[in-house]
Amino acid sequence: MSAYTEGILILLCINAIAAMGVSLLTGYTGIFTLGHAGYMAVGAYTAAILTLRYNFFFIPAILTGGVLAALVAYIIGVPTLKLVGDYYAIASIGLGEAIRLILENGGKFTRGARGFPGIPSYSTLAVAFCFFIIMAFLMFNLIHGRFGRAFKACRDDYIAASLLGYDTARYRILSLVISGFYCGIAGALLGGFLSFIQPVMFDMMKSTEITSVVVFGGLGSMSGTLLGVIIITLVTELFRPISQYRMLIYGLILVTIMVIRPEGILGQYEFGPNIFKALKARAMEKYSSKDNRKTK
Amino acid sequence: MTEISDNTILSLDHLTKYFGGVPAVNDISFSIEEGELAGLIGPNGAGKTTIFNLITGVYHPDSGKIFFGGEDITSLKTYQAIGKRMARTFQNLRLFPNSTALENVMVAVQQHHSYSFGEAVTHLGGWRKKEKEIKARSMNILSRVGLEQRSEQKARTLPYGMQRRLEIGRALALEPKFLFLDEPAAGMNPEEVNDLNALIIDIHRERKFTILVIEHHMDVVMEICSHIICMNFGNKIAEGTPVEIQSHPEVLKAYLGEEVDE
Repeated sequence: MSAYTEGILILLCINAIAAMGVSLLTGYTGIFTLGHAGYMAVGAYTAAILTLRYNFFFIPAILTGGVLAALVAYIIGVPTLKLVGDYYAIASIGLGEAIRLILENGGKFTRGARGFPGIPSYSTLAVAFCFFIIMAFLMFNLIHGRFGRAFKACRDDYIAASLLGYDTARYRILSLVISGFYCGIAGALLGGFLSFIQPVMFDMMKSTEITSVVVFGGLGSMSGTLLGVIIITLVTELFRPISQYRMLIYGLILVTIMVIRPEGILGQYEFGPNIFKALKARAMEKYSSKDNRKTK
Repeated sequence: MTEISDNTILSLDHLTKYFGGVPAVNDISFSIEEGELAGLIGPNGAGKTTIFNLITGVYHPDSGKIFFGGEDITSLKTYQAIGKRMARTFQNLRLFPNSTALENVMVAVQQHHSYSFGEAVTHLGGWRKKEKEIKARSMNILSRVGLEQRSEQKARTLPYGMQRRLEIGRALALEPKFLFLDEPAAGMNPEEVNDLNALIIDIHRERKFTILVIEHHMDVVMEICSHIICMNFGNKIAEGTPVEIQSHPEVLKAYLGEEVDE
């Protein structure tokens, strides 16, 4: 395998981990975010500083990065997610920018805007792939069970959810903390892959990119998110030779998807044996909606 | 002031709630005994749903107290109030429209048959057993309300009457001591209303819990309830047995008179 292909595969794993985190928050819990690159930055810088300055082994460094990002998510989530509405979306823009600026002005500790070179390149394909598999396993387990149903209930109708005894704010915060953890891990892996990080890599463009991949794949579909990551990452790479037109093509694809299929590629469906059940249920839906029309 | 006996499960004490300057609920007191099937009636805008919203913590009263099972629940949040084992349905349905009928019930059942976060992300430990149990209980409830054939169908695509039944099923899934039904028969045809009455009487009998039902159809309330409270413009105007209510002059004036004498 050439180094180039390997690089793309590693990037794919990293992007997928970040996108799964955002997919849980935006797709499953219905909270829009435009600042998740901030959590990636927290993870990346934590892992970089721990491995480089304190000689940590990379695995605990990556995990610490994730935990720290989750902590930041908790601190920002408690005041903003008790409120229902777009407060978090607004706050997330500020949060992403604030983290970037703090890193830029961190003096010797973060090395400021010049960036952080010489990070040990611990993110080999094997490491990135293992992280991806484990994180995907945990995420798919999480959404297929009581937490997945609770998140969806809070998303679809928070009043109904609270009248079923759910403390919806707690579930929204939990969802944000988990997604912060995922993005922190992804950021830490990214640092180990590039060996160099810089605050400007985690700007609003990056945040928008993760969120748009999730919307592109289908809000409320984890497998759709993975499919979206594959398509977007490959398209980005494919058009690298004509890089000045890359964003144009990227935008064109997003607009086309939104026009043809506004619910995203997979909508709310998941791959797996259940997709056949879903298709069957959909057929029944059509049948019964005909029924309804007749009786009306 | 209503008298409070040992059997009292719910009692409202001089409850008042203003919206702007308008009293939606004005100095209301009544109490419900355990195991009763009580009715709350009154014309549109009388404040019936507001009472439900006050009890379940969706709104908080401006003055007055609410006691449930001897405990003061006046200032509890919604999920805390529900945690005291009450459940309600809505006048305008509030199902999760894009989830299947089964998922709608499961999300309620899992509240009392839960497992830890660790088990949820690893699917180890008691996960499989608990999930099976949640599913089995949910299917039981669906068949209780006659929806077992439709379990995999999305809630929004069910016929209206079935959606109403599904909502009652979802409330039952919370295993409540007290069930609040907000106009369960709204928008139903007479045949569906009859089925629904039978269902309400049946579940009341077999589960022996307390039910308070808001209803517009006087005939329905008269038929199924033993204790009726009548409201108008936020005030309680009468309380008693169906016979007492039927002959109460205030009720006739406020409610029956206008409809019956047409």
